[in-house]
Amino acid sequence: MKILVCISKTPDTTAKIAFTDNNTKFDTNGVQWIINPYDEWYCLVRAIELKEKDASTVIHLVTVAEADADPIIRKALALGGDEAIRINTGSNDGYYIASQIAEWAKQGNYDLIFTGKETIDYNGSSVGGMVAELLDLPFVSLATKFELSGSKATITREIEGGEEACEVDLPLVVSCQAGVAEPRIPNMRGIMAARTKPLKVVDPVATEALTGYVSFELPPAKAGVKLVPADQPEELVRLLHEEAKAF
Amino acid sequence: MSVLVFIDTADGQIKKSSLEAICYGAKVAEMSGTTAEGVVLGEVKDDLAALGKYGVKKIHHISNALLNHTDSQLYAKVIAQVAQATGAKTIIFSNNVNGKSIAPRVSARLKAGLVSGAISLPEISGPDFIVKKTVFSGKASANVSVKTETKIIALNPNAYKIESGEGTAEVVPFNADITAGKIKVIQTTKASGEIPLTEADIVVSGGRGMKGPENWGILEDLAKVLHAALACSRPVADSHWRPHSEHVGQTGVAIAPNLYIAVGISGAIQHLAGVNHSKIIVVINKDPEAPFFKAADYGIVGDAFEVVPKLTDAIKKLKEVAS
Ligand SMILES: Cc1cc2nc3c(=O)[nH]c(=O)nc-3n(C[C@H](O)[C@H](O)[C@H](O)COP(=O)(O)OP(=O)(O)OC[C@H]3O[C@@H](n4cnc5c(N)ncnc54)[C@H](O)[C@@H]3O)c2cc1C
Repeated sequence: MKILVCISKTPDTTAKIAFTDNNTKFDTNGVQWIINPYDEWYCLVRAIELKEKDASTVIHLVTVAEADADPIIRKALALGGDEAIRINTGSNDGYYIASQIAEWAKQGNYDLIFTGKETIDYNGSSVGGMVAELLDLPFVSLATKFELSGSKATITREIEGGEEACEVDLPLVVSCQAGVAEPRIPNMRGIMAARTKPLKVVDPVATEALTGYVSFELPPAKAGVKLVPADQPEELVRLLHEEAKAF
Repeated sequence: MSVLVFIDTADGQIKKSSLEAICYGAKVAEMSGTTAEGVVLGEVKDDLAALGKYGVKKIHHISNALLNHTDSQLYAKVIAQVAQATGAKTIIFSNNVNGKSIAPRVSARLKAGLVSGAISLPEISGPDFIVKKTVFSGKASANVSVKTETKIIALNPNAYKIESGEGTAEVVPFNADITAGKIKVIQTTKASGEIPLTEADIVVSGGRGMKGPENWGILEDLAKVLHAALACSRPVADSHWRPHSEHVGQTGVAIAPNLYIAVGISGAIQHLAGVNHSKIIVVINKDPEAPFFKAADYGIVGDAFEVVPKLTDAIKKLKEVAS
């Protein structure tokens, strides 16, 4: 059993969102970087759980990033995983990133590829589906449960207003969200072990970005809250009905 | 040249988010001097010709039972075939659950640039095609340029207004090359009568201030009179008071309803990220210093257990007068 977990470096959830260079670049000043929560909490932890059940499982982590991603890769390795691959290039185009991962995956013979539901910076929600298409594999998106028996996966995924359970034979690509696993914290042994685990740096393949970020905008500030006394809920209802026309 | 809209269905019925995608696609077609066509996969119960009133002129329908469940691998193949056969240069999806699995595949298959999470119409001038989308979980937006000849847009639910006029669409069968998919659906569970969270016009949401799952009745009552969907903060889902599917925020579901009512939620930055695209935000919190008030349009400083039932009664009264 060979699992490839795709991880991405994202700003911390409390990072100040600001832009520089005439609003064309994200301002990384003072930003703390983390492993994209979906990748860490659900994909990586579920892969580790599968390895705990079947010790012959091999977990590879892959990220498409420059060297400044190494600290978060080491953190991921401290949680678990056998080796990491960093494809040495940066991009915010989903197709460019997916092409890099797919090229790597082609020669890795993975049974299972996990991606997070989306990254919390560009919210593309597209790399998993693109990797699956480039490899012509089935793709189950927005998984909330993932079970494996032999080479058959049983997956529950979100649908509008409910859930759908399905069965698929490996190999396949799955995007994960809450429910698939519970977040873990790396322990001291893991942190020590991570130092000597291999982190392979490979060159990107030639491909192109299909989209490009032109500029960014912050939302306009709210005008300020209108407070209604607690004993006058009918006044709130009137405002919502007449002024805001909310119902 | 035409614009192709993927019309998503559930149990043979057209989703509200598909109507938004059709209206959006019709407008994009008008902007580029062409017409909008639709593609529907699987057997349907709704009248497809009637979708003409939202601006779609022609609908390619592949009524094959193999397509009754969404399998992105199969769907992407068929949609790409339709796009190629019709010469569509812009393809529109809703960025809903199915859109998130199919649009990226079609993008990779056709090598057509994808903007997912679009929140407004593209700006088209000469070769430039720029679409605004949400980034940083709604904390900002970005203008993204699509560099390929064929463009794909996945429109966020509730980001474009549904408008209807006159017209019927011509419904034509499409001969697609279909083999059975590799995903076998074994069970579908739907909370009956429930309004899907991402499609809801009004959302009533509860936080840790609700003290425990046994107190959700007052929120359910409020949601019922408003025909609203229910949501919650992350610790509420993590404590299993409510299912994870209701968890909104940066690491949960992102929503943009017309009205978001937050009860007993402090308004942490990760929570706000997923809900700040709501048009109107109402906060009910007993702490006047709760950060959520800064992001709210209306607020009541008070105890949820006293305020919410009174609010529900006041809405009931208003609805009785109105009817
Ligand atoms: C990486 C990361 C990701 C996260 N992602 C998310 C996310 O996606 N979504 C999310 O929601 N959170 C997320 N969080 C958690 C977030 O930081 C907050 O901890 C969480 O939103 C707080 O939930 P709450 O408002 O329900 O609880 P609290 O912060 O405990 O707030 C409870 C509120 O209820 C009020 N209250 C108490 N009693 C009453 C009463 N009787 N009547 C009225 N009001 C009352 C209190 O004044 C208080 O403001 C994330 C955190 C991290 C670190």
